[in-house]
Amino acid sequence: MISLPPPKPEILARRDAIVAELHALLPADAVIHEALRMRPYETDGLSAYRQMPLAVVLPSTTDQVAAVMRYCHEQGIRVVPRGAGTSLSGGALPLEDAVVIGLMRMNRILEIDFDDRLAVVEAGVTNLGITKAVEHEGFFYAPDPSSQLACMIGGNVNMNSGGAHCLKYGVTANNLLGLKLVTPTGDIVEVGGDHLDSAGYDWLGLMTGSEGMLGIVTEVTVRILRGPEGARAMLAAFKGTEIAGQAVDAIIGSGIIPVALEFMDKPCIHACEAFAHAGYPLDAEAMLIIEVEGSVAEQDFLLHRIKEICARFDPISLKVATSVEESMAIWKGRKGAFGAVGRISPDYLCMDGTIPTGELPFVLKRIGEMSTQYGLQVANVFHAGDGNLHPLIMFDANDPASFHRAEAFGADILKLCVEVGGCLTGEHGVGVEKRDLMHVQFHPHELDQQRAIKTAFDPAWLLNPHKVFPLTEHA
Amino acid sequence: MSDFIAPADEAGVVAAIQSAIAAREPLSIEGNGSKRGLLRPVQAARGLTTRGLTGITLYKPTELVLSARAGTPMPEIEATLAERGQMLAPEPPDMRGIFGVAEPATIGGLVATNLSGPRRITVGSVRDHLLGIRFVNGAGEVIRSGGRVLKNVTGLDLCKLLAGSHGTLGVLTEVTMKVLPAAEASATLAIAVPDLAAGVKALSAGLTSPFGVTGAALRIDPHGATALLRLEDLSESVRYRGARLREDLASFGDVSLIEDSAGLWRGIRDAEPLGAAEEDAIWRLSVRPSAAPALAAALQAAFGARLLLDWGGGLIWVAGPATEAAHAAVMAATAAARGSFTLFRAPAPMRAALPVMPPEAPALAAIAARVQAALDPFGLFNPGRMRSRP
Repeated sequence: MISLPPPKPEILARRDAIVAELHALLPADAVIHEALRMRPYETDGLSAYRQMPLAVVLPSTTDQVAAVMRYCHEQGIRVVPRGAGTSLSGGALPLEDAVVIGLMRMNRILEIDFDDRLAVVEAGVTNLGITKAVEHEGFFYAPDPSSQLACMIGGNVNMNSGGAHCLKYGVTANNLLGLKLVTPTGDIVEVGGDHLDSAGYDWLGLMTGSEGMLGIVTEVTVRILRGPEGARAMLAAFKGTEIAGQAVDAIIGSGIIPVALEFMDKPCIHACEAFAHAGYPLDAEAMLIIEVEGSVAEQDFLLHRIKEICARFDPISLKVATSVEESMAIWKGRKGAFGAVGRISPDYLCMDGTIPTGELPFVLKRIGEMSTQYGLQVANVFHAGDGNLHPLIMFDANDPASFHRAEAFGADILKLCVEVGGCLTGEHGVGVEKRDLMHVQFHPHELDQQRAIKTAFDPAWLLNPHKVFPLTEHA
Repeated sequence: MSDFIAPADEAGVVAAIQSAIAAREPLSIEGNGSKRGLLRPVQAARGLTTRGLTGITLYKPTELVLSARAGTPMPEIEATLAERGQMLAPEPPDMRGIFGVAEPATIGGLVATNLSGPRRITVGSVRDHLLGIRFVNGAGEVIRSGGRVLKNVTGLDLCKLLAGSHGTLGVLTEVTMKVLPAAEASATLAIAVPDLAAGVKALSAGLTSPFGVTGAALRIDPHGATALLRLEDLSESVRYRGARLREDLASFGDVSLIEDSAGLWRGIRDAEPLGAAEEDAIWRLSVRPSAAPALAAALQAAFGARLLLDWGGGLIWVAGPATEAAHAAVMAATAAARGSFTLFRAPAPMRAALPVMPPEAPALAAIAARVQAALDPFGLFNPGRMRSRP
């Protein structure tokens, strides 16, 4: 079980007074302190960890966020920011003596400008909500994490979320122009702007992916892009993971960067096929979903080229969608992968390491050996173009021993990712989940350097102090 | 400054910084010094150059990744990538012409200045393609951030912080970049437009088309302006999209197709069409594209500014007299547009006396001072380069 910094007794003792004082700062319905109503805030997408907070506040304006932050700063009260609570790394896990600031009421779209290709939205607007607001003009917001229906842009900024299409369009950091945020001391500041590349230090870049440790993001200016004329997928199935990896190398080596390039291993193919009946080849050891963009003629041409490349690697099947519907059918299994694994196992842990793509066959072989060693099944989905690996480790949460084995298995996979030249997390964040593995990737003085930057923003370590770094005297 | 330390390796950089710490002696930090004329003159008696740290240390074309020691000259990197049909997609400019120097930039200097060319509008900036760094901080410690994989959110992203920090936070010793295949073909549509406002509208029309425009610049001519829109992709795509885009843009003015436009875009990348005179000051402004016409008009009225627009109007190169009045006009017009500016080239006394970038809000300035102290506790690196120190 994860350890949390000990609560400050003087804060716990003053709980009623703190709740009353928060009430004075905010509208009547914006403070939640009853156990039953706080229950939804005790955990997030990593539901194995739970902790009830001191209180929850739901501000509707940046000024209200600043008032709460100033108050908490003066009183030495810890703060945990929260968007939709979809984090898979425990990014929104509260502390017993912390006030949770939920941004979900800040859900207004403030400005859309198609000519300048930007939108200004509040932190609680959902990722898909941005695309929904601009798609009538053929535009979209590019990063597309699997949770995009629920997850909020403020959380996306804090976790630097990715998605299946970032090989071409980049991750959150590459699609932002500016932020309005409240500092840990309660000041409202703006970083970046409504234009590219401000002179001076790149606060926008540093804030992105800072996991709620440096400030509370309240407004986000995002780039919106005009979509392509169309997109279409193909499926290629191979006799071995190594061969599939070679096909990926050959596609990229030919100078084609598909908009998406997804890899599934055999257990994942089977789970998805049983769930979605997408027509996946059950005798394949590995399968690729490859998507291209452009006019119908351009799609035809690109898919033809990719098909020719794949044909050199003795494929079991090559299926090019001939319509949008066929394309959706190919994606259906992949998009349902997590749900599909959920059907064959009561619980699963979704890991998120990144590896150099050339190491894929070796890493999958080692994961297979570990699966035998730990006695737990694993299915692998992988953003093959960018090396982001998502092993789904299946376990039974009713059996504590099974959960601990799953956690140890997951940690071993992430250590392996670092060993082969990769990293602990590609898009889910460190959170509390991978906090104690940070020493695998970083030397102690490197972690101290990062901590010193956290201290520069938050001298008293009040904002999300239990995330990202192994617990120390700071927290 | 005559005295430059030029270590041959990272350990030498550490040793040089440790000596500087012991002597409490600030250092001017640079690669080949090709952009020494950028921003404020550094107040340091001694210098540290990374020009001795050269060589590509890792290149995996199919993994789209290249690592090189900080002092590796850009032409070497570009040639190595070109052999495999790849490139640094942000199209970094070559500023030797602007600064009148002979030696080429280094990859470390490129990252430290985060300068991107025309393709930035579509593919992102140098910092967006920076995957990993090694640097020595002001305590003499080697720090790594990021790595060699394309997707990485492990810990605070110091790559972003160091990129564009002009050597004030750490001495880069090695950088790892994402690289991409160079396009098989390209073509440019040139649209004759009556004025700058119409030109920016034409660029917006190109950038809001579904055809993946990878360059959108505006050249100001004596009797009008020329909007330039570039397409890069497989040759079939370039042909098809060029024809479609040409139809879409016909309402903006006469459209012509330039098939071989590599030299044209190299010129725009390096701000050649700006036509700055040798004695001119040069500013580089970043604004919301729709704010560009009013800003440009204000600067033309104030001091007859020469202009070149890129990034769909979002990047404005300005040339004009190296005077305090012209600088005040640039600052006022940029502030009115809520944009950002850099005094890019000017005589040293002018750069020393005037703010070379917009001021930071007090709350942010306080954080900046603490972040600087966290990385460079003794204030050794490039003191005063970005802002005058109190």
